[in-house]
Amino acid sequence: MSTATVSGPAVDSGPDRLRLRGQSLPRWVPLAVAAGAVVVSLLIYLLTPVDSEIQIVLMAALGFLIAMTVVSTVVEGGRRARDRFATTLVYTAFLLAVIPLIAVLVSVISKGAGRLDAGFFTHSMNGIGARDVGGGIYHAIIGTVEQVLLASLLAVPFGLLVAIYLVEYGRGRISRVISFFVDVLTGLPSIIAGLFVLAFWVLALDQGFSGFGGALALAVLMIPTVVRSAEEMLKLVPNELREAGYALGVPQWRTILRVVVPTALPGIVTGVMLAVSRVAGETAPVLLTVFGTNLINSNPFSGEQSSLPLYIYSQAGQPQKFAVDRAWAAALVLIIIIMVLNLIARVFAGRNRLK
Amino acid sequence: MTTEPDSSADAAEPRGAATATAPPQDPPPAGGPTVAAASKPRVGTADLIFKNLTRTAGFGLLALIAVIAIFLVLRATHALNANTGNFLTTEEWFPNASPPKFGVAATLYGTVVSAAVAMIIAVPVAVGIALFITVYAPRQLSSVLGYIVDLLAAVPSVVYGLWGLIVLAPHMKGIQLWLNDYFGWIPLFSADSVGRSLFVASVVLAIMILPIVAALSREVFLQVPIAHREAALALGATRWEMIRTAVLPYGKPGVISASMLGLGRAMGETIAVALVLPASFNISAHLLSPAGNTIAANVANGWGEANDIGRGALIASGLVLFIVTMIVNIIARAIVARRREFSGSSA
Repeated sequence: MSTATVSGPAVDSGPDRLRLRGQSLPRWVPLAVAAGAVVVSLLIYLLTPVDSEIQIVLMAALGFLIAMTVVSTVVEGGRRARDRFATTLVYTAFLLAVIPLIAVLVSVISKGAGRLDAGFFTHSMNGIGARDVGGGIYHAIIGTVEQVLLASLLAVPFGLLVAIYLVEYGRGRISRVISFFVDVLTGLPSIIAGLFVLAFWVLALDQGFSGFGGALALAVLMIPTVVRSAEEMLKLVPNELREAGYALGVPQWRTILRVVVPTALPGIVTGVMLAVSRVAGETAPVLLTVFGTNLINSNPFSGEQSSLPLYIYSQAGQPQKFAVDRAWAAALVLIIIIMVLNLIARVFAGRNRLK
Repeated sequence: MTTEPDSSADAAEPRGAATATAPPQDPPPAGGPTVAAASKPRVGTADLIFKNLTRTAGFGLLALIAVIAIFLVLRATHALNANTGNFLTTEEWFPNASPPKFGVAATLYGTVVSAAVAMIIAVPVAVGIALFITVYAPRQLSSVLGYIVDLLAAVPSVVYGLWGLIVLAPHMKGIQLWLNDYFGWIPLFSADSVGRSLFVASVVLAIMILPIVAALSREVFLQVPIAHREAALALGATRWEMIRTAVLPYGKPGVISASMLGLGRAMGETIAVALVLPASFNISAHLLSPAGNTIAANVANGWGEANDIGRGALIASGLVLFIVTMIVNIIARAIVARRREFSGSSA
């Protein structure tokens, strides 16, 4: 409170009457208040039975917020105090959110790196029980790659055609209905896609569990993402390009395939990559349609397969340490794959941005 | 003018095409009609084929939705007919017993409550992150942070589930005890014992949807016209007043639809919840007790030992989830559509 008493009279009686902004706190005050809040919450932690470290952080944040608002109201007045209050809230929200998100990444990296050796990539889980050391993700990687590729082969051409229809041909009620149902599909919970393929492909058509069933479910999830991103990109193609095509006597379908789509291609590729990186991490639909196995099965059209998310799920559900270690290592591999796909997509998008 | 009806039959043409083809009709030069007559029929067939191909794809999408709905309903009615309990109000879940008795009440309750609590935790924080990145952070930092948030939004949910089960759940014990000690007088926070509760599941869900909502909100806030922000600041507004008068009103519909998307994700989330919750079937207002289940988690946990009726019952519960998420999506869409009407221009 010493700043208030020192700087208060200085403005009232001083010669500097042009200080329109009023009194403001020196820059060291927030730091001092923050340090005070941390010290007080640490004292509470030492003196009373507090059970968790999360609480120290929460209490320190709360203490800082209250103290800062009081100090600022006294010295700077209501409006500036409210501004500081909001600033503090935004900063604490950011810091509070960053802690768990970074914690997820840190624990995956630190716990997963231990099992990442060549054997982990070249072995399956054949004959490996939950208590045993060893085992690997070879079969799971094969499964994930095949299922995602098949899903892309199904979803990308289909989604692209739907997007072309919506942008180039679609008019009136039908296209609005289709557009609405694309949104419905966007919000479809992934497990519903799995249940659908289970009811349709596995049970009604009696095809049994297979990698292809998983690919069907993943394709259902990919289609709306592909349609939406391709639609956005096709809309960005300037109309002058289409008109130039028609003026040269090029038929509409050739204009679309040779001029419009190639112009929008970088953006479409980015959208497809993002869709792929999303479905590569899906567990629920794969669980219901691919079933999972410990053996290597490289034929996606018959018999159970495995996949990386499924592998993580089955290993994490077991209480033994070795199983959980395998889950962490597989999680690290999955995150790396998805991050790489994402980064490639974004670099691609950044380099070929359509203006 | 035989070309005239031909081109009008192709009613659907891109916006620019109508204006581009209109002028040549007025002056009939010598070369004009012959070129059109020579090329138009060929153009027509190929164009028609391609147009119908894309249209078939469009209708295929509608057919896909119809097939999804039909097969889910078919499987579900089979099980619902065998059900001896009321599907909507029964809390028990014994579809594999004979006679089968099951209801969606407990799991639907768990789904809605865990998603709602996750929203209450995540949305304010996500808006805070988005504001920090767009308004408060220095420019270079903000683009890097935007990148990181986008990447975090892509982390698969099974990883969040693994982390929630092994890392977060033990840490949550303290804060749950604390909530119970000091806010136990509110029925919500009273519990005989704490553990892997709906509250823990909600926190995992909140952390999971946080980057998604934040990434979308950031995109919306980035679109606020700089002129609006600068005008507010030029009138002497503090930074918070600028946010309140310029950024938030502009971004509100976008934030709402982002939140709805997050809500849909949270309600449909399967694996993270299945790993965290102990899967019990009862409706309890005590958020901290180790109990609870959600529709999606119940499907993942229960389908392995399900018989024919059991699978039908799980599909029926999935249908309920489908309907609930669809309602949420329709609301979000209505909000976004209304915004487009109000703002007039496409930003």
